[in-house]
Amino acid sequence: MMIVSPPAFADSNLPPAYWANRQLPDSKKEARAQALMQELRCLVCQGQSIADSDAELAGDMRDLVRRRIAAGEKPADIRSWLVQRYGTWISYKPTAEPAAWPLWLAPFALLIVGAFLIRHRIRVKARR
Amino acid sequence: MSRAIRFAPLALLLVIVVALVWRLATPVDTNVPSKLDGKPVPAFTLAAGVPGKPGLSSSELATGRPRLVNIFASWCVPCTAEVKILQELERRGVAIDGIAIRDRPQDIAGFLARNGDPYERIGSDPRSQLQIALGSSGVPESFVVDGKGVIRYQHIGPIEPSDLPMILTKLEQAK
Repeated sequence: MMIVSPPAFADSNLPPAYWANRQLPDSKKEARAQALMQELRCLVCQGQSIADSDAELAGDMRDLVRRRIAAGEKPADIRSWLVQRYGTWISYKPTAEPAAWPLWLAPFALLIVGAFLIRHRIRVKARR
Repeated sequence: MSRAIRFAPLALLLVIVVALVWRLATPVDTNVPSKLDGKPVPAFTLAAGVPGKPGLSSSELATGRPRLVNIFASWCVPCTAEVKILQELERRGVAIDGIAIRDRPQDIAGFLARNGDPYERIGSDPRSQLQIALGSSGVPESFVVDGKGVIRYQHIGPIEPSDLPMILTKLEQAK
């Protein structure tokens, strides 16, 4: 029997966590929870946010987010708690760290390259 | 200058193709390691996973002797084969505690009866709360925790026979 090295993502026998698929009764809090869930990456289905993923761990993370928001915690604090445990990779929101600088600077760099390429077509009014 | 510049798009294409080929050729590691390596285990208390065996709390992981915390589940297929290796570690004097993820007591009991029981304690984690607090992302995973309750090593995936010497070394280093 071949043992698969990565962790197994089979399903458990338990139903989803209580707040995995239920909306919070307070609509403002639910909106905040939804906004945060859209920006957290699912660890199992790694191309999806936990809001979209059907994985059980994503359900448990939605439950965690809703419980904490209901208890009054700020989304930014929940996000940084998760980043402390999984790294910046778990948050879709771009950070200000050096690894992300190419992401921020690329639009400006591309604009400069584009302007350079069409420099002869830009007529600067030199005549009176 | 203008003669050479006509090759710029070709050069750019070559750079892009080389970059794509390199990234596609390297196998992707989809494992997400915990960032708590070297940090203390978060404070927690888990109820007993099966009757007759104590539950697990963070204070029991800081008793002066390194322990192996095995995150498992009865519904986890590789965990079945891992039990044999854990029993071998137990025979060599390693203290093993289990955290059962999303599991019912009857299923955990069935798993232990079928495969064997290397655990001193089993804590029940029905909503993966402790798993998330530890930065673990799947089952099975194992953590080497030293006598002061600090996480020293995380092993993602089942411990295979070839991993045995390495796990024993990590436990030695955690003393």
